[in-house]
Amino acid sequence: MPEAPNYSWPPMDKRRVLGKATKRVDGPNKASGRAKYSSDFTQKDLLHGALLTSPHAHAKVTSIDTSEAEKLPGVTAVRVIASPGTELMWVGQEVASVAAETEETARDATRKIKVQYEVLPHMVREDDLKKAGVRAKAAGEQVKGDPDKAFQEADAVVEGHYGIPVITHCCLEPHGNVLEWKGDHVNLYPSTQNVSGIGGDLSQNLKVPASNVHTNMQYIGGGFGSKFAADLWGAEAARLSKASGGRPVKLFLERSTELLIAGNRPSAFANIKVAAKKDGTITAWQSESWATGGIGGGGSPPIPYVFDIPNQRKNHSAVSTNCGGARAWRAPNHQQACYLTSSALEDLAAKLNMDPAEFFDKNLGLTPRAEVYRAQIKKGAELIDWQKLWHPRGQGSGTVRRGLGLAISTWGGGGHNSQCRTNIHPDGTVEVELCSQDLGTGTRTVITMVAAETLGLPLGAITLKIGDSSLPPSGASGGSTTVGGVSSSTRKSTVNALAKLFDAVAPSLGGAADQLEAVDGRIQVKGDPSKSLTWKAACQKLGVNKISEMGENNQRNPGGLNSSGVGGVQMADVSVDTETGMVKINKAVAVQDVGLLINPKTAESQIHGGCIMGICAALMEERIMDQQTGRMLNPDMEFYKLAGIGDVGDIIVHLDITPEHDKRGVIGLGEPAAIALITAIGNATANAIGVRVPEIPLTPDRVLAALERRNA
Amino acid sequence: MSSKKDPDAPKKRGNGFSRRGFIRGVGISTGALGSGILETAALAAPAGNVAGPGAVPVTLKINGKPYNLNIEPRVTLIDALRNHLDFTGAKKVCDRATCGACTVIMDGKVVYSCTTLAIEAQGKDIQTIEGFSQNGKLHPVSAAFVNHDAQQCGYCTPGFVVAVKGFLDKHPNPTEQEVEAGLGGNLCRCGTYMGVRKAALEAAKEMRGGHNA
Repeated sequence: MPEAPNYSWPPMDKRRVLGKATKRVDGPNKASGRAKYSSDFTQKDLLHGALLTSPHAHAKVTSIDTSEAEKLPGVTAVRVIASPGTELMWVGQEVASVAAETEETARDATRKIKVQYEVLPHMVREDDLKKAGVRAKAAGEQVKGDPDKAFQEADAVVEGHYGIPVITHCCLEPHGNVLEWKGDHVNLYPSTQNVSGIGGDLSQNLKVPASNVHTNMQYIGGGFGSKFAADLWGAEAARLSKASGGRPVKLFLERSTELLIAGNRPSAFANIKVAAKKDGTITAWQSESWATGGIGGGGSPPIPYVFDIPNQRKNHSAVSTNCGGARAWRAPNHQQACYLTSSALEDLAAKLNMDPAEFFDKNLGLTPRAEVYRAQIKKGAELIDWQKLWHPRGQGSGTVRRGLGLAISTWGGGGHNSQCRTNIHPDGTVEVELCSQDLGTGTRTVITMVAAETLGLPLGAITLKIGDSSLPPSGASGGSTTVGGVSSSTRKSTVNALAKLFDAVAPSLGGAADQLEAVDGRIQVKGDPSKSLTWKAACQKLGVNKISEMGENNQRNPGGLNSSGVGGVQMADVSVDTETGMVKINKAVAVQDVGLLINPKTAESQIHGGCIMGICAALMEERIMDQQTGRMLNPDMEFYKLAGIGDVGDIIVHLDITPEHDKRGVIGLGEPAAIALITAIGNATANAIGVRVPEIPLTPDRVLAALERRNA
Repeated sequence: MSSKKDPDAPKKRGNGFSRRGFIRGVGISTGALGSGILETAALAAPAGNVAGPGAVPVTLKINGKPYNLNIEPRVTLIDALRNHLDFTGAKKVCDRATCGACTVIMDGKVVYSCTTLAIEAQGKDIQTIEGFSQNGKLHPVSAAFVNHDAQQCGYCTPGFVVAVKGFLDKHPNPTEQEVEAGLGGNLCRCGTYMGVRKAALEAAKEMRGGHNA
């Protein structure tokens, strides 16, 4: 019996490619505008689709007349989505769709559709639980330990209100697709995090066999958790195509609709009481929290976060609002949980007159990875100059006050199911094939690096094919599971293919196949370059038959190649202008446990991105709902604010690479990097101005209102 | 026309139109108010020869070559580039002159093509990112974006590359602070600004011939 192949990663000191900062392989295509996203799809007979959506937060359609729209020259199809009697539950909900020769005509046609609505009562704001009435659904109380006794015996107790709003994904490429439904075959060009799976989702809606849906997507302009499903507008584009004789229809959401219905991060609000002993040991937690994720209510954030406080009493209510529905948002529930927990803990540290870095450190025994966090807090403090710059809360002077803050986070990860095929051709060319997708995280680069490492070839010798449903399936890119999955399946597939190549060349080299190695573009007897063949000469031994070998990552049995569970610490240094209420980021520090690191360059970019998203969410981003009209007041990019290049200060990333972390294998870091900075900025602001700004984003009005309360 | 960071752009509304008269004038196409596009070009008195509303012949000079189109006068430059031609490097993202994903250079000025009408762009020298690479070699700005990983999903990247080139054409030796101010008209969702800053500074050096001025 042959031995099971050894798939394990090469030892740290033997890696030629892994762990080396590598430019992204699709960088030149993106930076030259040549990269074709599905929304860039153009062809002669392409039709443009558009949606008519509900102007009301809650209404019943009483009549709908499409005749004028149908008569408009250039219109090829008009479809009613919400027929009379349909109850619409939020502004932006789909009412009708149109396909036409030009984008302008398609929009004109939607305006010609006459809809009458019976307007019904709505509720779109959840920030005040008392006003939620029957729309709030309480989950049962959860109690752990003896919170009453613990609060009674505590030396310090703080109570506070904290809130983190709904924000939207605001992907720059909106949700949508180009779709062609011809006969019983569907060609789908989506913008998706799930190339392997989206066709199956669509086929159910269309009642065509999943095998008849062909999906291709080479580039995606942002997803962040909101682009997994085929969605109603996917099926709608297909039906418009069919109704237009099978011509391809491009239907991407307009920006306003994108912000209204294409997903958002649920809010979380809470009144929190937390207690400690004089020495800083946290003893008790009590929270009454609530959240909305749209009509279905909202998820319950896992509070208290990371710190497993021994005595707890928790009540949570999900508030149903007439707003577009929530979707996974880069680290679902963690940003909210982190904000509610670490804000309250920072307030408790301030009450105890303790340095929060010491206070967090003191309580790390309540976390699952005390030593990891301890080292990270130390490293972060060093990078942000904590010793020198931190001062007790509010003890600054002058108009502009500086402050420091920190927060800690965790994430799971793991590697999703993934299959990879490696073909080695007799002419020496190598193809690596898997139906994954590169969200901009560097997936293409990582796969190519793993293949190059295994095969002893330069990156340029690997032809990588992803993003097509005819390739071996790979999981959806969610939960930071992609890098673990695709790196492991690629490793196995390339090891398997190389073993076949060794079999073929062993006789020529006069050694056993298991005594061969692939190094620097050659196949040689281990440690003996004198007995070697160039890669090309070795492949010629294959005759006319290519090698084609699979490799598979099984999520439940990753075989040591990938794992899950990381800790991270992020810190912020801010300056707050007490006259204008402006919060400015001086510096952010991210210290992140990453397991085995494949590409430091793209990893660092991703952490920069997570931090910048944190800055956006802490200072600017907010879906503002108007209860009077039921509408979102800022469904555009002018008033739905994102940080610009001048708003982010300096960001220092420290990748926590150690032999111990490395041994755990590959772990994704898209999500872990996007959690803690929001809270760190809130804490730094409280540290600067001496008072908590309870609800984020930390807009000037909120900061000034907090200062006024402090001075009152 | 919407031009970014252009100190020469007229600041006041003029042309003898009162605000009330203007609002009455655009009463039908309410979109113009909601979108906040209130520059002088949009307010100009209707000319003697009214174009449209049907398709009219429009010639655009893009990257040095003329392209003849038959499009409605309301078609924006971004839609002309993307829907009626195959210049898809520039992206339509906010469609409101906020994010800069649609940035092109017109007569040497960096403009948002989403709020520029194609008919207004006639006779102008339009540069899009497709015209940047020469003989298959990446433009120094694009190359710097690759070197410093100034991109993730890449959807904002072409707009950023064009904005950097337009900025460096006028400010060949900028400081980091000037880069931040000069590129404030472009937004990225993935958070690539750290790389963009470095890329802009490296490209500046490269375009000056590798020497610090």
